[in-house]
Amino acid sequence: MAEEEEFTDINGNSISLDCQTHSAFCREFTVTSPKLSLRKVMVCTCFIWLFAYAVFFFTENTTVLSSAIILTLAGMMIHIHFVKVDHETLLIIGSLGVQLSSSYASGRESTIFIEMSKLKDIVINEAVYMHSIIYYLCILIKDPADPETVASVVPLFQSSKPRLNCLVHVYRSCQEILAQTS
Amino acid sequence: MPALVNAHRRVNLLVVGYRIRATSQKSLPFKCCNTADSGLLVGRWIPGHNSAVVLAVIHYPFIPGQVKKYLSELQSQTQVDLTVLGSWSMPKEGQEGMDSFLKDLSTIFPQKCWLQLSREIGKRGFTCQVVQNNGRLLQEREQKNGDDKIILIHYDQRKVMLSQLHPVQDVGQKSDVEASELRLVFQTVAQSQPLFFLDKYDDGPLKLSHWQSEGREASIIAELLKQASVPVCIFLTWLLSLWHWLCSFRILHLPPVLFISSKLSTCVQSVYRAVHFRTVFSPKKAATHVEFMRKANIFVSFLVDIALGLLLISWLYRENRISKLADTLVPVADRVAKELQELLEWLMGAPAGLKMNRALDQVLGRFFLYHIHLWISYIHLMSPFIERILWYVGLSACLGLTFALSVLSDIVALLTFHIYCFYVYGARLYCLTIYGLSSLWRLFRGKKWNVLRQRVDSCSYDLDQLFIGTLLFTILLFLLPTTALYYLVFTLLRLVVVLFQGVIHLSVDFINSFPLFAIGLRICRPYRLAEGVKFNVLCQEPGTPLHLMMEINPLKCSSVLQCYRTPTYSCYPKDSWAGLCKKLFVGELIYPWKQKTDKTD
Repeated sequence: MAEEEEFTDINGNSISLDCQTHSAFCREFTVTSPKLSLRKVMVCTCFIWLFAYAVFFFTENTTVLSSAIILTLAGMMIHIHFVKVDHETLLIIGSLGVQLSSSYASGRESTIFIEMSKLKDIVINEAVYMHSIIYYLCILIKDPADPETVASVVPLFQSSKPRLNCLVHVYRSCQEILAQTS
Repeated sequence: MPALVNAHRRVNLLVVGYRIRATSQKSLPFKCCNTADSGLLVGRWIPGHNSAVVLAVIHYPFIPGQVKKYLSELQSQTQVDLTVLGSWSMPKEGQEGMDSFLKDLSTIFPQKCWLQLSREIGKRGFTCQVVQNNGRLLQEREQKNGDDKIILIHYDQRKVMLSQLHPVQDVGQKSDVEASELRLVFQTVAQSQPLFFLDKYDDGPLKLSHWQSEGREASIIAELLKQASVPVCIFLTWLLSLWHWLCSFRILHLPPVLFISSKLSTCVQSVYRAVHFRTVFSPKKAATHVEFMRKANIFVSFLVDIALGLLLISWLYRENRISKLADTLVPVADRVAKELQELLEWLMGAPAGLKMNRALDQVLGRFFLYHIHLWISYIHLMSPFIERILWYVGLSACLGLTFALSVLSDIVALLTFHIYCFYVYGARLYCLTIYGLSSLWRLFRGKKWNVLRQRVDSCSYDLDQLFIGTLLFTILLFLLPTTALYYLVFTLLRLVVVLFQGVIHLSVDFINSFPLFAIGLRICRPYRLAEGVKFNVLCQEPGTPLHLMMEINPLKCSSVLQCYRTPTYSCYPKDSWAGLCKKLFVGELIYPWKQKTDKTD
């Protein structure tokens, strides 16, 4: 079962939220960021190459050109492998745990699994950043020694940064599942 | 979590996911569970959580008495409380009457909970029923089309058995109830290794199915190496004890020898390597994972060290480069001495337009020039022997690249000994001047340093004390630029040498401590070092419980480095930048690189 509505992130770019219900206590939410824009890539590449050509014009040294090409390729590979996030997934399995996964543009996936015994709650927090207030969904982790205190906070959807309407959807579903199992 | 017959009860089952062969990686696990015929499920209930780990399936025909005997044998061998968890039925054609037979089995093996897993041909999902010991089915309270609160998790047995969950905790350190569910699962599978020794070609009374039921796999080379390593280790330990006996001679424990050997980085490095060897070559098998990794890391980095050292030797001795190096050594030393002489001549004149105190200038300049003259004479005395010495010293690189680098650092230290001496003279002179000036300045203002109270107090001086004090103050003040200039020049030279030595020490330290084996394991067998797990939801039919696939999430490379870095005598700056600048200003002698084993300085 998939739902698609019009959501945006905090900067105004449009993102999409996909909710899948695998069973009564297992749900998966995927937030997809906008893809790498071809126009930006071309503008960046042209800029670097024109600059390199200008330097070559003055120095008559061909290593400038080849190093510009290598730099562009390396920079692009680093960007799509380490920086550009394609989609982020939250898989919540009642009484087992929560899994957060970020999938990058090159296909690399980085996953964290948090067991239910460590999880205190899932809440929406607000943060004041410069002139704006940002809402973010986060997981509160229990301190093993003292179950009442919060040891750490794990923010979710950090790259796609959806707005409050999207977060509320996810929050409600998660709270339904957490209520069932506790 | 309440363990009663309640709609919120959850039972997790970890079902045997057999060894996934490399070819069938893409088509996920349902293929592997095909081959298990009907039988009994053997595994362990995880204490404190509502879960069970299924380790193997015992097929028909079996005698219940023999099953119980086998399980109790294994329990005493592995310290894991293995029990019969339930029954697994995958009926083939002609085996229709199995279901009732399976239900009756629960009376033979009395349990609190009896699991009945079944799978029909043509369907991908399993169905599971949990029977309490009073015979009531859990499902009676559930809706017909509702989801069971049962989760089935498939895992790759071989990978989970071999993997180690991080952060590493010692077995037996924490009680089972505190350990997390995941850790208990990993421990259970790892400790149940003897269960997997029986394969389906054995002629025993029991036929088991698990990841190794097609036959045990082992490598002949690995087994031979294991057998051969014990006598080799014993021999090497004997050699090491011989070395320690040699080092324990009284003559080597005299203070001057101790002092010199603590300053020479070659000796420090060799002591350090001896400690390493004692760890690696002990014939005892490594008890814990951490010990094993440390042994392996030290061994691999030692081998790489030797290989690099041999490479260096082959480069140095080809085309007789070492003789060429030795031939250029004396001219280089001559050149350095000549440059120093010119520097001193410049200082004795009017350096950078500054006007020096002529008398002091001449004294200091001539003093240092004489030293340089002595040094050059010694170098010329040694020059016929240098080539031979260097040739033999170069051979010592076969003990490892770290050894060669330590030798290089020591050679540089010996060759620049005169710079070190000049620095000490200049620094002491400057230090005396500064302290004298500060003390006389206090006298000039009528104050005194109170050693008892560690503060400045006022004091009334006699007239003649004031007179002499002021006179001395003026003299020292006007001599200050000269001494300061000499101090500055020699400190800069000394810092250049220290920097070079520091770079060498850092690279030696890096080679010593880098965990090559751990990084290799992380790249080639990432499932061995696990940070956690990942779950994938497997698509299923409605009415069957939730099926998840559990995969191992390998440790990040930066965590591997942090966790498995061999502790060394790491070379780190003793003072912060501010402390260093203060010392330089006051004229205290600086030894910027401190080694952990140093007791002085």
